Amino acid sequence: MAECHPVAYRFVMEAKERGAKIIHVDPRFTRTSATANIYAPTRTGTDIVFLGGIINYILQNELYFKEYVLSYTNASFLVNEDFKGPDQLGGLFSGYDAKDQKYDRNTWQYDVQELQQNTRFAQGSIGRNRSDEAEGHSQQEQSGTRVGPPLRDESLQDPQSVFQILKKHFSRYTPEMVEDVCGTPKELFMEIARTVAENSGRDKTTAFCYAVGFTQHSTGVQMIRTAAILQLLLGNIGRPGGGILALRGHATIQGSTDVPTLYNLLPGYLQIPSENTDDYDLVKYIEHNWTATGWWHNMPKYIVSLLKAWYGPHARPENDYCFHYLPKINGDFSYNQMFYKMMEGRIKGMFIMGENIGVGGINARFQMEALQKLDWCVVRDLYEVEAGEFWKYEGRDPKTIGTETFLMPAAIVAEKDGSFTNTQRMLQWHDKAVDPPGDARSETWFMYHLGRRLQELYRDSTLDRDKPIQHLQWELPIKEEHLQEPDLAAVTLEISGYRVADRKPVAGFAELKEDGSTACGCWIYSGMIAPDGSNRAANRQADPIGVGYGDPEFTNHSQWGYAWPANRRILYNRASADPEGKPWSERKKLVWWQPEDQDGHPSGGEQAAGEQAGDNTTPDHNGKWVGNDVPDFPLNKSPFTPDDPQGMGMAAHSGSAPFIMMADGVGQLYVPNGLADGPLPSHYEPLESPTHNPVYRQQNNPVEITNNRKGNSLNPPFDPAFPYVVTTYRLTEHHTSGAMSRWVPWLSELQPEQFAEISPELAAEVGLENGDWATMTNVRGEVELRVLVTTRMTPLLIAGQKVHQIGLPYHFGFKGIVTGDTPNNLIAMTEEPNVRIHEAKSFTAGLRKGRRTIAPPPTDPTSSDNMVQNRGGEAGQLNHEVKLGVVDVTKHENTPVDGGMTYTAREASGQGQARSD
Amino acid sequence: MANGFFTDTTLCIGCKACEVACKQWNQLPADGYALTGMSYDNTGSLGATTWRHVAFIEVPESKKRLPMASTAPVTQPPVPSANGDNNTGPGALKFLNIDGDGGASLQIGFPDIGQWLMMSDVCKHCTNAGCLQACPTGAIIRNEFGAVYVQPDICNGCGYCVPSCPFGVVALQHDDGRAYKCTLCYDRQKDGLEPACAKACPTDSIIFGNLDDLKMRARQRVADLHSRGETDAYLYGVDENTEVGDLNAFFLLKAEPEAYGLPQAPTLPQNRVGRGYLAGLAMAAVLSVFSAISLRRSQH
Repeated sequence: MAECHPVAYRFVMEAKERGAKIIHVDPRFTRTSATANIYAPTRTGTDIVFLGGIINYILQNELYFKEYVLSYTNASFLVNEDFKGPDQLGGLFSGYDAKDQKYDRNTWQYDVQELQQNTRFAQGSIGRNRSDEAEGHSQQEQSGTRVGPPLRDESLQDPQSVFQILKKHFSRYTPEMVEDVCGTPKELFMEIARTVAENSGRDKTTAFCYAVGFTQHSTGVQMIRTAAILQLLLGNIGRPGGGILALRGHATIQGSTDVPTLYNLLPGYLQIPSENTDDYDLVKYIEHNWTATGWWHNMPKYIVSLLKAWYGPHARPENDYCFHYLPKINGDFSYNQMFYKMMEGRIKGMFIMGENIGVGGINARFQMEALQKLDWCVVRDLYEVEAGEFWKYEGRDPKTIGTETFLMPAAIVAEKDGSFTNTQRMLQWHDKAVDPPGDARSETWFMYHLGRRLQELYRDSTLDRDKPIQHLQWELPIKEEHLQEPDLAAVTLEISGYRVADRKPVAGFAELKEDGSTACGCWIYSGMIAPDGSNRAANRQADPIGVGYGDPEFTNHSQWGYAWPANRRILYNRASADPEGKPWSERKKLVWWQPEDQDGHPSGGEQAAGEQAGDNTTPDHNGKWVGNDVPDFPLNKSPFTPDDPQGMGMAAHSGSAPFIMMADGVGQLYVPNGLADGPLPSHYEPLESPTHNPVYRQQNNPVEITNNRKGNSLNPPFDPAFPYVVTTYRLTEHHTSGAMSRWVPWLSELQPEQFAEISPELAAEVGLENGDWATMTNVRGEVELRVLVTTRMTPLLIAGQKVHQIGLPYHFGFKGIVTGDTPNNLIAMTEEPNVRIHEAKSFTAGLRKGRRTIAPPPTDPTSSDNMVQNRGGEAGQLNHEVKLGVVDVTKHENTPVDGGMTYTAREASGQGQARSD
Repeated sequence: MANGFFTDTTLCIGCKACEVACKQWNQLPADGYALTGMSYDNTGSLGATTWRHVAFIEVPESKKRLPMASTAPVTQPPVPSANGDNNTGPGALKFLNIDGDGGASLQIGFPDIGQWLMMSDVCKHCTNAGCLQACPTGAIIRNEFGAVYVQPDICNGCGYCVPSCPFGVVALQHDDGRAYKCTLCYDRQKDGLEPACAKACPTDSIIFGNLDDLKMRARQRVADLHSRGETDAYLYGVDENTEVGDLNAFFLLKAEPEAYGLPQAPTLPQNRVGRGYLAGLAMAAVLSVFSAISLRRSQH
């Protein structure tokens, strides 16, 4: 965290000064380790075992927060008795389909109460089907069926209870297992487990911070899940000082997820309609994406308001609010797939805005070569970064590249207005300081004028298919005439939401309607513009210095920036009070229930309007939720409100169910729905690993998508040519692909060359001394670098075998003031099954003394050779089927690829020679 | 009123924001692009165009003079008791393994890193500043903020200040020949702003302020650290009886000054002039006597 988030780390240092203990677990001893109280080395990709070990310690020693776990998690829920875990099935969960390499989740479900009646999705005024009928509920096309509440065993003793399943599942994650798999010495691990447990409970909380070292793995999502389970067991969610904090890698990457720039989401985490589920009209779409219980029940209001924001007066009830204008996704368009499709000529054009594919892309060479297949490409960046030079990449003759390429200069942050959304979901507004140089302009300028010109182009068309462009609401006032920059006030108002009738801002998402009377571009950001029209993201009033929890003046800095949703600083903060609404402890109180009779004036308060629940729950006790944060709960819903087993939306939740976004209102220790690779985290080795999985027979994530193909194959399992574990990372001195730092002399001089960090033991093994040139190799390529020999790196003892880890910063490319080989060329594009993240933080390679001997790869890669098996077939054919199962060391054909580039094979064989010398 | 810096190395996270902020504010050029191999330090030292410099010092555990808690061999880590409790104290987490030659190697799984020291170095603006005393043109002055300041319009590049600094701070800029060093952001102070490095420091490792306040704060900080058991913390450049006197930019350190490249007891070269002169005279006298004797002998 000190390495990549030095500014946020100031708060960690401040907490340390006040007595907090900082624990750092990392393959490398970094600047964070240097300031931490406890540092533990670990092997990359084994976090599930490490955290699972703490979970096991907590469960075996009954150190969990009992009241919290019982009331606020699904610990007592009973799971279908056909469910079987990886203990019983050699590392697989029940429902595994070996042929399709997918799970059927039926056996993972809870046992539920039978409902007397079927309650169905029946929204008042949605869509075409509804408007045909003045009143009543149309039963056609409606599902979204309410399932009865799960059966529970409050004693937590039933073997089918989530708690017992959890306990059994994690029982094999012992300290010995941690030492064996992670390489972390047992006693060091125990010190950490004890510290975490002792620092949690009524009076204390522990927070977890992670970044992509946690996520960029074939089990990345389950690693975060493991942390979530641990935090729920310890009662560290929804409480001050607790939580799991994803340290985002770029300024406002959180914002780009929220608004979003992802292929499968609409703004505010609404799903993009899918052709596969026949989302051809609004009602069907809502059915598929709506939950009968919990806050997502309100989703129809958000999608209708979004359509109103985009299509304005054209969006009417009788035409489904122009729902049919939205593109319907019909396949996998995740990041990696985009490049495969490009390689195959199925994607013709691309905008690359603020991304440097040539360095930051995984298997960057593959991606750069894919760009060469495009018809056109627009690159917007501050400099002519590597991505903008794909058309002459590695000596390619530009005459052989048919891509029409445009380089558009972009304005940097100080040259434009805008907002950043940080890790804490807080929007902070920044003002422009100077005009951008020359033709450089903001992203808003680019998108606005592009859209405007497109509309101009299609203005006279009478074709139905051009209506989505013609009807798009795309008028923005121009703020700066000389630059033609649009006024962002209009954009933020649209994002925050307004009433259609008078274009006055809505106070928050609770005011959004499903009848088309409100418009909102991103429901979670609703309220960012206050009813008086002021931009709350631009608020800059901190709490007085020295004011803390319990102090009446303490507001969690609520007047600094704006945290979505509803300016709430801590999500699910209802959990900071006990089921009866009293704070768990005086020291950790945040929000609590204030009955009316206790205090003469319970109602009122400035937090009311926008944040109130939009549901029709009738409070049966008078009072309200108050505290030092905006309560994440219906303000007047008493903690004693019972749940309604037949009820819909929030009525289905009791007054003591803090996790309002969850269908059951509780935190999920066990996840019956939503995950592709199991309801509980289980350790699988990284796709490229030096050892067999010591935990289960199953070696790798059974549902991982590996995409072995030409130019993107995996190292043969346990190949002695690639014995070392490599993990990539950033240095404080550079920013991601270096696009904003390798062009700056003051930053470039601080870390001027590509290097790798190795232990003295490894240096001796390879014959290297500090500062020597070395070449790192694997089947994807070669990278030359200098070595920093440091005792901050250490070999680990994994399953009785000494394993060396190499630390590899990834900032360098062939452009800029300081240049170097691109480490990401060594990483395969693979896809974690839930979110399609690649495994950049764990792969294998060889290391030899001396500089790279081979020239860059030939410009015209020919077909296969003896090293990689040619499986025939059309080059670049989609190859989803290829996944790693149980790995057999003897079977090298486990690395199936569609042919193989000559250079790849040559590098591999060259490596073999070098090592045998 | 004298202002200065208190640089607390226990709060430094090595982000180098001070170095960059200094170069940016003062518009100093980069010094070249080469990997030094010295940990994460690639700018090497203070100089004419580097007025803040963050040093990175890796101190291997095996080289630290600390009592060794255990000599458990590689293959047999100590076994915690059944309930997971480890009865040995926190110090037991470092397992030094002494082999026959007396060299130490650590147990596998424990990186041999005792401390990774980071320190943002800067001109000390000494009470008895060697550079100021040596400057023949009056270019180096003590300004109204108590800082030792080189006036670029007066400096003639004679370079006398360079060997006169016991810390090796001031240096001649090779392209214009004049001497440069930290100005304590004279221009920013004129506008009531704190120096760029202190402003940029995210963890308040660098604090700028009135020297009396800073010293009070620093002494309190040392006392706090000592009460927490961090008894190796001490102040460098304050309350010490050295020739340079108190430093207007002083430090809180956790290792010997030499580890950071600082002299144990800084001395001023000019204080040795008298003695050097006398020694020279004495030597001349001795030589005269000898030559007189040998001359006389050769005449005989």
